Amino acid sequence: MGEFLASTWYTYNTLLYTIFVNGMLALSIYLTLACGQLSLGNAAFMGMGAYTAAILTMKAGAPFGIALIAGGALPALVALIIGIPTLRLSGVYLAMATLGFGEVVRVAFLNMSITGGSLGLNGVPAKTEFWHLLLVMGILIYFFVKLKSSRFGRALEAINEDETAASVMGIRTTLFKVWAFAAGAFIAGVAGGLNAHFTFFVSPREYGFEFAVDILTFAILGGTQTFWGPIVGSTILTLLPELLRFMGPYRLALNGLILLFVVIYLPNGIVSRDTFKKKADRG
Amino acid sequence: MLKVQNIIKDFGGLRVLDGVVFQVAEGAIFGLIGPNGAGKTTVFNIVSGLLQPTDGRVIFNGADITRLPPHAIAAQGISRTFQNIRIFGEMSLLENVLVGMHRLFSYSPAAMFFDLPKKRTEEKLLREKACDILSLVNLEDKADWAAKNLSYGGQRKLELARALATDPKLLLVDEPAAGMNPAETEELMDEIVQINRRGYTICVIEHDMKVIMGICGQIAVLNFGELIAEGSPEEVKRNPLVIEAYLGKEG
Ligand SMILES: Nc1ncnc2c1ncn2[C@@H]1O[C@H](COP(=O)(O)OP(=O)(O)O)[C@@H](O)[C@H]1O
Ligand SMILES: [Mg+2]
Repeated sequence: MGEFLASTWYTYNTLLYTIFVNGMLALSIYLTLACGQLSLGNAAFMGMGAYTAAILTMKAGAPFGIALIAGGALPALVALIIGIPTLRLSGVYLAMATLGFGEVVRVAFLNMSITGGSLGLNGVPAKTEFWHLLLVMGILIYFFVKLKSSRFGRALEAINEDETAASVMGIRTTLFKVWAFAAGAFIAGVAGGLNAHFTFFVSPREYGFEFAVDILTFAILGGTQTFWGPIVGSTILTLLPELLRFMGPYRLALNGLILLFVVIYLPNGIVSRDTFKKKADRG
Repeated sequence: MLKVQNIIKDFGGLRVLDGVVFQVAEGAIFGLIGPNGAGKTTVFNIVSGLLQPTDGRVIFNGADITRLPPHAIAAQGISRTFQNIRIFGEMSLLENVLVGMHRLFSYSPAAMFFDLPKKRTEEKLLREKACDILSLVNLEDKADWAAKNLSYGGQRKLELARALATDPKLLLVDEPAAGMNPAETEELMDEIVQINRRGYTICVIEHDMKVIMGICGQIAVLNFGELIAEGSPEEVKRNPLVIEAYLGKEG
């Protein structure tokens, strides 16, 4: 029994770790979606966090905790710089700006010497323990639970529903959107740092546009009405390719079909507000 | 209390407001009337900071608020409702009112995260107050409902409650009777008078003069962006320009 568990753990722990990291990324984009803004920069933020944390532990011998926090702080700072001019305006400006930003970051990773150029960073020390992931995820879930029933959570929800009405109610809409975006960048950066320290390398190819869209898909599939949606969505989308492995080459097609099905039949995602309500309250 | 001074507003090449001047005295119910398209809502949008005027100034309690952002104007004590209802449909009635109370809350993000006593007492106190405000418009028994499930008239009342929740000195109400039947309209006008008696100054927009004749002390009439009359309801009703504006529209 013990042997079985050990070998199962050995086979699947990478998958389990990835589920947690992807869950954090889904929550990072949820924060911007929750105030009606679309960020396509969260993959780049994750990359910045991964490089920052890895460089700190590898080259500066920094303690893991400090490296992780720095890996969150740098993208958060960058998010403030991008967010302050773009989030004054409502609409698609953030999406456009983060799209361009993601490309800039990708090219920078490829060409800077400190990031190891096109080879990336190899031999990142193995520092991420499973309990680190549990702890970070636990803190995040606790944070989102507290947020929901607070004045800050209500303000974000109001901005999401009707920014104009929210501003007339005295809510500083730009401020809230900028903080939500920066906090999301922080989460993505920490997730990147955690990821780098169990995959042992950081590659410049992992944090491009395609992964930004994957992160968005995690959230949309799971549903963005509550923070549980993105967690469920990312878990399913991380597991699905593994579960469908037996399908061989048809795997990706089926993956796409499932997505299509959910979008058509569950427009609010897999988990919506109604999921938490008693039947009698609906309608 | 509120002074609107020579407001001009152009949309592209179109002049929508042309030198609008009026004053609202503290404690009054002031009516802003005029045919559809006269520019009434645009006046509210400028006063509440959603639009910038092309020229002119808005003075509130002696301070120039012309170019302040909406949240800063709300903080000065001006709140409003919208002609096309803009409640937060997915949120409960109570949450709608709590959003209105946003600026009355002061606890920090740390107090939120660690569930500090300051947060708990503030939330408890203001939730009770929110229930009181809902009962002002007879919606307290539906406090947990999603706002989108309210009837049309209920949504209008909720919007009024949410505006009151900001604890304004001046309340701007844009066509509260739109889409309501005569009985509902009468009830609503009654509620506006009640709110006024509690000490709120009110400025109300209406396109149908008859509806607000009975409750306003002072009325300004707007037609094609120009102020064509101002005075007591009796004076305004007899003003030939006003009669022409209304007959011209109907004829
Ligand atoms: N955002 C806008 N852009 C362009 N034209 C506008 C805008 N808002 C209002 N208008 C125009 O300004 C005029 C006055 O509109 P409005 O203030 O809504 O009138 P009222 O509230 O008196 O019915 C109308 O002709 C309307 O089409
Ligand atoms: Mg109007």
